[in-house]
Amino acid sequence: MNQSSAARVEREEVTLTELQKNVWEPRSLFNGFLNILTWIMALLACLPLFSVLVMLIIRGSRRLSWSIFTELPPTAFEMGGGFGNAIVGTLVMVGVGMFLSVPFGILAAVFLAELGPDSKIAATARFCAKTLTGLPSILAGVFAYAAVVLLTGTYSAPAGGIALSLLMVPTVILTAEEAMKMVPRIMKDAAHGIGCTHTQVITKVIIPTAMPGIITGVILAVARAAGETAPLLFTALFSEYWLFQGGHVGVMQPTASLAVLIYNFSGMPYENQIELAWTASLFLVFMVLVLNLVSRAIGQRDTGVVTMVMVIRKMITSKKDQGESK
Amino acid sequence: MTTTLEGSSTMETGGTVPTEADFPQTAIQCRIQELFYGDFLAVRNSEVNIRKQQITAFIGPSGCGKSTVLRCINRMNDLIRTFRFKGELLFQGINIYDSSIDPVAVRRHIGMVFQQPNPFSMSIYDNVAFGLRLNRFKGKLAEKVEHSLQRAGLWNEVKDKLKNNGLSLSGGQQQRLCIARAIATEPSVLLMDEPCSALDPIATRIIEELMLELKEKYTIAIVTHNMQQATRVADETAFFSVDIYKGGRTGYLVEFGPTDQVFSDPQEDLTKQYISGEFS
Repeated sequence: MNQSSAARVEREEVTLTELQKNVWEPRSLFNGFLNILTWIMALLACLPLFSVLVMLIIRGSRRLSWSIFTELPPTAFEMGGGFGNAIVGTLVMVGVGMFLSVPFGILAAVFLAELGPDSKIAATARFCAKTLTGLPSILAGVFAYAAVVLLTGTYSAPAGGIALSLLMVPTVILTAEEAMKMVPRIMKDAAHGIGCTHTQVITKVIIPTAMPGIITGVILAVARAAGETAPLLFTALFSEYWLFQGGHVGVMQPTASLAVLIYNFSGMPYENQIELAWTASLFLVFMVLVLNLVSRAIGQRDTGVVTMVMVIRKMITSKKDQGESK
Repeated sequence: MTTTLEGSSTMETGGTVPTEADFPQTAIQCRIQELFYGDFLAVRNSEVNIRKQQITAFIGPSGCGKSTVLRCINRMNDLIRTFRFKGELLFQGINIYDSSIDPVAVRRHIGMVFQQPNPFSMSIYDNVAFGLRLNRFKGKLAEKVEHSLQRAGLWNEVKDKLKNNGLSLSGGQQQRLCIARAIATEPSVLLMDEPCSALDPIATRIIEELMLELKEKYTIAIVTHNMQQATRVADETAFFSVDIYKGGRTGYLVEFGPTDQVFSDPQEDLTKQYISGEFS
């Protein structure tokens, strides 16, 4: 035994120098360099959002108060003021966009995922939706200008909403389709097996099961649309007044929005307006951030259920393998 | 019990126990000439009679078409667009492949339990109530759900968590939930497509005992890969096999008879070879 352990030590001694780590070897140096580089790049990716957030909090929080929600934007030399009408305008236009894009998108997704997934129409529609996700937002504005503003003769909130719905629809279609495709085949079989018509399978099983995924898509679409400026410049323009004033509802008139308010005020030579633009930016970013977090929470609940199904199935199949090998 | 297959909404879901005098011994007469998926001939010339309140097992090697035949009985294969059925399938004397028959209505009378437990992503209660609501069940829903869960042997385990998602249960519990869901609407026939192949031995035993209890009231047809299971539960056994026929692998019925006879005194050499484990 003594002999063998001595032999082992001897052999280790022979190879030890080769096994030892040498930091100054060229390939170790290169490895370390690449490692550090990826670290730096990952940190740089976070930098824009964090610097924007820090800047917005520093410059924008100064004017945060209740009055920004209740007051109208100030005129040239006026002090104080707020952007309540722009918040209302953004909400109304995003609401119109949702009202148009959500039913449209979900119905289209039902066709793409369930009724004719391999048909030519589906392939074309899917390609169009994917292309539309990359559509420059200003083109959506120009389209709505030609289709709605010229037709009705006025800039208006519905025109803005239609422009935003154009940007929302592809996101809603594609995410809803994906969510419906995630519903396990065996669950659809169960619904057919119990005597559901195809319509009942879709309305009672597929859409409810896919709902968290669909909601995630809608929220992401809303978050994107809420921050768009270009499509609104051509369609809703801007307004210094409330959309609804003294019981008088005037929808067909130019309408303020947060994004356009920021665009207008940040270019003005007055300190008051510039400060308000910062605050509006902070509010808008905060809104989008919250929407994103909500969609992530819902999305995780969704993947939670789906992963659970996967895990259970995996457990079952491994047990099955054991059973068969026995 | 009167049954109307035309139309989709009329169905009796009351607890009438069918008596012998109401119909003949046979619940389903399945006379298959040819089953196609597109141009592929999957099953040929097979005739199986499933007797009332008995368990009929379909056994055979992989690819012999036993699942395909089972899925014909409630027209599940109609979901595959290229599927074609040539032959006759009599359910209580009615040919359910007649053009006047609504396959959705057929599925409401002939329940199915699948290989993978497949509860819906909704509460345990809603899972069982699903089929009842679909049939516009007029009665005490909660009682019916409880009764179905009791018959599926799951009630004691889930009575305190009926609001939990059906997917939160274990595999064996999920399968019993699926059985409760299938029997809630009182179908007269229950089809089970390898219901235990995804379960561990203990859960398998529970489901097998359950089948023997359910047979008091329902006619059961079960596909199984496990020959011991067939001998444990089945009254009659149909053995299918597969061979090359007209240039394609086609399944067909080799032997059909009482389980004891099929396993102890098979009439066909192929059956003998299969049950002695010479091929699988």
